[in-house]
Amino acid sequence: MIKKILIANRGEIASRIIRSCKKLGIQTVAIYSEADQKAPYVSMADESYLIGPPRVNESYLKTEKIITAAKEAKADAIHPGYGFLSESDQFAEKCRSEGFIFIGPTAEVMRKMGSKIEARKAMQEAGVPVVPGTEGAVATIEEAIEGAESIGYPIMLKASAGGGGIGMQVVQSDEELTKAFESNSKRALTFFGDGSMFMEKKVENARHIEIQLLADNHGNAIHLFERECSIQRRNQKVIEEAPSSFISDKTRNAMGEAAVNAARALGYTNAGTIEFLVDKDENFYFLEMNTRIQVEHPVTEEITGLDIVEAQIQIANGEQLGITQDEMHINGHAIEVRIYAEDPVTFFPSPGHITIFEAPEGEFIRNETAVTSDYDVTPFYDPMIGKLIVKGINREAAISLLKKALKDYKIEGIKTNIPMLLSILENEQFQNGNTTTAFVQEYYLPQVQTK
Amino acid sequence: MQEVKATMAGSVWKITVKPGEVVEEDQDIVILESMKMEIPIGAEDDGTVKEIKVAEGDFVNEGDVIAIIE
Repeated sequence: MIKKILIANRGEIASRIIRSCKKLGIQTVAIYSEADQKAPYVSMADESYLIGPPRVNESYLKTEKIITAAKEAKADAIHPGYGFLSESDQFAEKCRSEGFIFIGPTAEVMRKMGSKIEARKAMQEAGVPVVPGTEGAVATIEEAIEGAESIGYPIMLKASAGGGGIGMQVVQSDEELTKAFESNSKRALTFFGDGSMFMEKKVENARHIEIQLLADNHGNAIHLFERECSIQRRNQKVIEEAPSSFISDKTRNAMGEAAVNAARALGYTNAGTIEFLVDKDENFYFLEMNTRIQVEHPVTEEITGLDIVEAQIQIANGEQLGITQDEMHINGHAIEVRIYAEDPVTFFPSPGHITIFEAPEGEFIRNETAVTSDYDVTPFYDPMIGKLIVKGINREAAISLLKKALKDYKIEGIKTNIPMLLSILENEQFQNGNTTTAFVQEYYLPQVQTK
Repeated sequence: MQEVKATMAGSVWKITVKPGEVVEEDQDIVILESMKMEIPIGAEDDGTVKEIKVAEGDFVNEGDVIAIIE
């Protein structure tokens, strides 16, 4: 039985996990860097341990320091949250070999899903459709052109070792491919020390729709429907909703079934998410699997009434799921917006001192925050300082409440993306559900750049 | 003469040129890092790097001068 959990994370997700632990009567242990001494989550936990200087590779990514803290605190389980070490199979393995329960799937399945190429292969074997692309990394321009011939343009060029959108570019012809390959490969080499590239068919007018999964250690697996997360900037999500207003019930069921089948085929356990690209004809293609809790999990909680963090802990405890697919129903519509400390037009980070921070409150309004008034947002971590989640009887009601709540949000001292969020919510295309991954480029940026 | 300025607050992750080096318009001069984002700062015009005012690891504020190009 889990009695004490160390949370190997920071910010809003650490607070979120502590809340579920309190509900279950489980003791909590926080870890923090020198930059996070005053963070709200640290004082929420029953115990806290300073694990190092601000930089992540000296603190939140330091496995030994985290394990030492867990031993000292006599924790029996470790929750990795999202980001940092949450998808490191080595970290999961280390936690377990040191005698802790790691709240997540097996290291083996994490390793498999962590490799773009292996994950693709595993999904194909499980009968999940994948985007047509190169089977492995492409090292030279000649190989790239050869690959392009069989895939067909437009093509999405990606750095194999990439992340955060660096080294990614859409190309329409051999000529563009040659140019883009050279510059992106060079940039990838500078950034990641690996210049090899990867090519995929560019799915046009694509939506990003993902399926939330829960699977226990007894062979039970269910899905908690989908989240649509098409509104992105710099290839990072900004607005997420559940359910998707675009897909039909038939597609919803087919995607859910494909995801559950994949989870079974992989021997997946705990909470996980399979991300898909969905084209205008509702064809869906596997994008990647996240073997952890996701930032946008609250929208699923709002429409299903489940507590996903609680489910993660119960599964890690060896308990049965206790719910079946037939018992799952969608109730209402939920939308989450991520509040980023950044310029609303250039999206460049805006660290600094927050003088006033007042989140809106009210019925059907939920806040997950990482900061307070009179608080320093440091440049060391992700710019997300909070999430605002609302629920309505339908999408229209949710949008209307979200607009009201965002207008009541008060953050002074730093720049935030709230003006961007409001502008998107006012956009007719968004209101009509015309939400593709190109939304920000097609509708938002032209609007603000002409002003 | 042109001043290459930081477009955001963050730390200097990499300096990609040396004083005396001839650079072209848009060529990366330094790469800044802030909040998990790496932003290359490029030259606005062709020229020669006269001075680099920062070192790798330094913290800069938005608008700080990073390098001077002639």
